[in-house]
Amino acid sequence: MVKNVLSAFLFGGAICFLGQLILNFYISLGVPLQQAGNPTVATVIFIAAVLTGLGVFDDIANLAGAGTAVPITGFANSVVSMAIEFRREGWVLGTGSKMFGLAGSVIMFGVVTAFIVGLISALI
Amino acid sequence: MQVYTEQKKVGKQSVLMGKKVAILAAATVAGPKESLGPLSNFFDRHYEDTILAEKSFERAECRMLEEACYLALGKAGLSPEDMDYYLGGDLLNQVISSTFCARSLAIPYLGIFGACSTLAEGLSLGTMLIQGGFAKYILVATSSHNCSAERQYRYPTEYGFQKPGYSQWTVTGAGAVVLGPAGGKGPRIEAITTGKVVDAGEKDPYALGSAMAPAAADTIYNHFVELKRNPAHYDLILSGDLGGVGKKLNEDILAGKGFDITPYYTDCGVLIYYPHQKVNAGGSGCACIALVFLGYYYQKMLAQELKRVLLVATGALHSPTTFMQRESIPAIAHALSIET
Repeated sequence: MVKNVLSAFLFGGAICFLGQLILNFYISLGVPLQQAGNPTVATVIFIAAVLTGLGVFDDIANLAGAGTAVPITGFANSVVSMAIEFRREGWVLGTGSKMFGLAGSVIMFGVVTAFIVGLISALI
Repeated sequence: MQVYTEQKKVGKQSVLMGKKVAILAAATVAGPKESLGPLSNFFDRHYEDTILAEKSFERAECRMLEEACYLALGKAGLSPEDMDYYLGGDLLNQVISSTFCARSLAIPYLGIFGACSTLAEGLSLGTMLIQGGFAKYILVATSSHNCSAERQYRYPTEYGFQKPGYSQWTVTGAGAVVLGPAGGKGPRIEAITTGKVVDAGEKDPYALGSAMAPAAADTIYNHFVELKRNPAHYDLILSGDLGGVGKKLNEDILAGKGFDITPYYTDCGVLIYYPHQKVNAGGSGCACIALVFLGYYYQKMLAQELKRVLLVATGALHSPTTFMQRESIPAIAHALSIET
């Protein structure tokens, strides 16, 4: 338990640190701070997707637990792993329809939450 | 005409078979992780990857199963044409690995499903068929594959998450057996205790050891009571895939009922991997007992190092649908007393 919490903290922290470095890199290229977040997230997603494709992400996640699941890396992994897994059932009914099988609920509840929060902030 | 002539049944669940049917030959095919395990030297064929250059994990599993069947037939010096029946099952929906294997073997086929207890279910039925005079030679085979089972029961193979410490690793491999009339040195089936479905109310699909242990304990207890035996009757009591957690629970339940099996008892799920292979509580799957018993203990029986073995194969009879719908996990265990 303590080991899991500690490794989640360290891996999660390391990913956020990496994200900050990438953010600083984009800012140094002249991207305004407000807009530098988007390419940063895209870069982290790209790294997680490549690691999933190489078959190492699941080994890292087995150690990291919530450390890789909570940041955007977990979301990327869930989409890419489903896409790979169901490729053998075809592009349309396999990869296409199953890709968001795990991530779908994140998107659904994310949108609903965003809507409710948006409504509250509009009313206040 | 009197059909039911000879009374072999003892009690509600057990039958005495009188050592008339023998395991003439056995063969095993192991996947990569199993080939790195402590029993690797005892398996007939090893694979370094899980896909075997096939286009899917399901095809790879089917090929391992086919190879195990042909290896067993070769060892017995028999061909598919000599087999009266092929009894097979696996973990995949509609037992496709076995069915697709039966397609190439062209032996009259009876598909069976007992999850990880399939090997014992097949051996039981095969022995009864031969002893009933309905067959001379029967091929019994089973397989499981880590990746095809994971994607069916749980998550995609590349999905990253942390498994609980009590979870088990599905064994990749296949095992096949040729059953026939006793005569040579092959170990013989002495008694069979067929299990009842036992549901201890476990709902966690990762806690299969604790879901199956009550079924194993129930079958072993009834085997002892009905046949008036005690654990010391056997040189070895071998359960299928309870893993570290389920093995302990099985020992505790039986100790509570007055049978201390610990000195004679071990579990295939505990034996198949080294602790450093990151498998948490051990191995599981149809191939777990197939590899450990057919690969290792069968050889020991042939060498007369073990004379009496109680083989107890355990199976968790849930499906991906039932656990999503919050149903508990029913389990079963079949026991066979095998003697040299």
